[in-house]
Amino acid sequence: MSEADAAWIDAALTSARPQAVGALLRYFRDLDTAEEAFQNACLRALKAWPQNGPPRDPAAWLIMVGRNAAIDEVRRARRQEPLPEDDQTISDLEDAEGELAERLDGSHYRDDILRLMFICCHPDLPSTQQIALALRIVSGLSVRQIARAFLVSETAMEQRITRAKARVSDANVPFETPGPVERSERLAAVAAMIYLIFNEGYSASADTADSRKPLCEEAIRLARLLLRLFQSEPEIMGLTALLLLQHARAAARFAADGSLILLEDQDRSLWNKTMIAEGLALIDKAMRHHRSGPYQIQAAIAALHARAEKPEDTDWKQIDLLYGALEVVQPSPVVTLNRAVAVSKVRGPDAALEMIEPLADRLSNYFHFFGVRGAFLMQLGRNDEARVAFDRAIALANTSAEAAHIRMHLDRLIKDSQSKGTNKGAKAR
Amino acid sequence: MLYAILCYHDEDLVGSWTKEQDDAVMKKLAVVQEKLATQGRLGPVARLLPTTAAATLRKEDPPLVLDGPYAETKEQLLGFYIVDCKNLDDALDVARELGAANPGGAYEIRPVGLFAPGGSLK
Repeated sequence: MSEADAAWIDAALTSARPQAVGALLRYFRDLDTAEEAFQNACLRALKAWPQNGPPRDPAAWLIMVGRNAAIDEVRRARRQEPLPEDDQTISDLEDAEGELAERLDGSHYRDDILRLMFICCHPDLPSTQQIALALRIVSGLSVRQIARAFLVSETAMEQRITRAKARVSDANVPFETPGPVERSERLAAVAAMIYLIFNEGYSASADTADSRKPLCEEAIRLARLLLRLFQSEPEIMGLTALLLLQHARAAARFAADGSLILLEDQDRSLWNKTMIAEGLALIDKAMRHHRSGPYQIQAAIAALHARAEKPEDTDWKQIDLLYGALEVVQPSPVVTLNRAVAVSKVRGPDAALEMIEPLADRLSNYFHFFGVRGAFLMQLGRNDEARVAFDRAIALANTSAEAAHIRMHLDRLIKDSQSKGTNKGAKAR
Repeated sequence: MLYAILCYHDEDLVGSWTKEQDDAVMKKLAVVQEKLATQGRLGPVARLLPTTAAATLRKEDPPLVLDGPYAETKEQLLGFYIVDCKNLDDALDVARELGAANPGGAYEIRPVGLFAPGGSLK
């Protein structure tokens, strides 16, 4: 098989995976058996597809072959004698059989895929395990790829995934077709999990951005998949839009030296216009439902940034209002902190500082709180206080890029006080 | 005679291509397109955004807007427009106006991702 063949088959297997593993899981009601059956079907596909060409419906083919292989396995174990090689019969799989499999699964596959994703977001699992499990089971990334994204050893990741699997198999997720309430609960949990995957990739620093980029891309693929299954869910439209609009800025987020470039300072010509167009189209579509929710609001905020050709064009007033709406549906000190940035643009740093003071207790260990506070103080010319805030921010920084960014502020303050002895030069951030 | 060539493929599959695979396909297509363009035979070329970004207007009375692509199989694709619109609502207004002039059937409204206007055709 040529390298090109292998690459295309790989893409076909990846795209068929959620549906195929989801259906096999419904048959066998056991994750390991389902994964093994899918693995076997993939091996056979690698042999059969280059010769016979890809089947019309790869997922149906894989489900059928995977199921047969697993049943043969059971029979073989029972008889304790090897069956004759059956590759030939399987590679000749009739179209009629494929169609039968499709009919069997067509009505179920939406819930199959949702169930498969839902299993990964068991509330007992810490978020990092949910992500690892979803990437392994739903996306089919190798343990090695996942370990690389999480910057841990393969052995450690293998153990993490095994533990997570054991936990979800104890959880007994029901296999019956879910009712509407259950379905919408599953949908919300899965959306949150996809958002986690994205954030894990997005919060990378420059040196890890490349190895973590697949997480963002995978999250977008899963969000699109979910949206195709649930076409009229405005929050899933909002989620997909949010991920696209954020990821569109990926190429502009880091400087050559690895430091983080803030939204305002980014070279907007590097933003991915196709992704922005898709994100804007989705948020437009979502808004028509008049059923607002946190993902839609966040996407609407991201859309306002995306629409601004220059930072000065940003509609901060509207962003302030949207954060206000977000505070209502999803109250959190971090949301208020973000709102304060918009407030500083609309009503000035005084009002913004006043807004975040009450958060000090709850955000006393939060890097961004001190970064933002320092910036407001600097704008007000209260440089000594700003310096204290920035020092605290550096101590709390999660990545070297974050620390470097704050250090840049500090350098500016120091230079400023040396050259002028006044605070006027502090540039508004 | 002008011919429209409409592109169909498994969206899950195309969405699973790596950027390198996608770029490779686009590059190979560009070679064919360039040949046609130099011969003065190429009109507009468009790559549509995923069907997740689509909405469908059923031309009933009153017209009904549905999320997602046009999914029925009993009707056939008979034509298409490319219209510059501010947003989806704007595009739906245009579709409603067209629908009033020609009731029955449906319009799928899909944002265009890549667009090459092409040369003028006779």
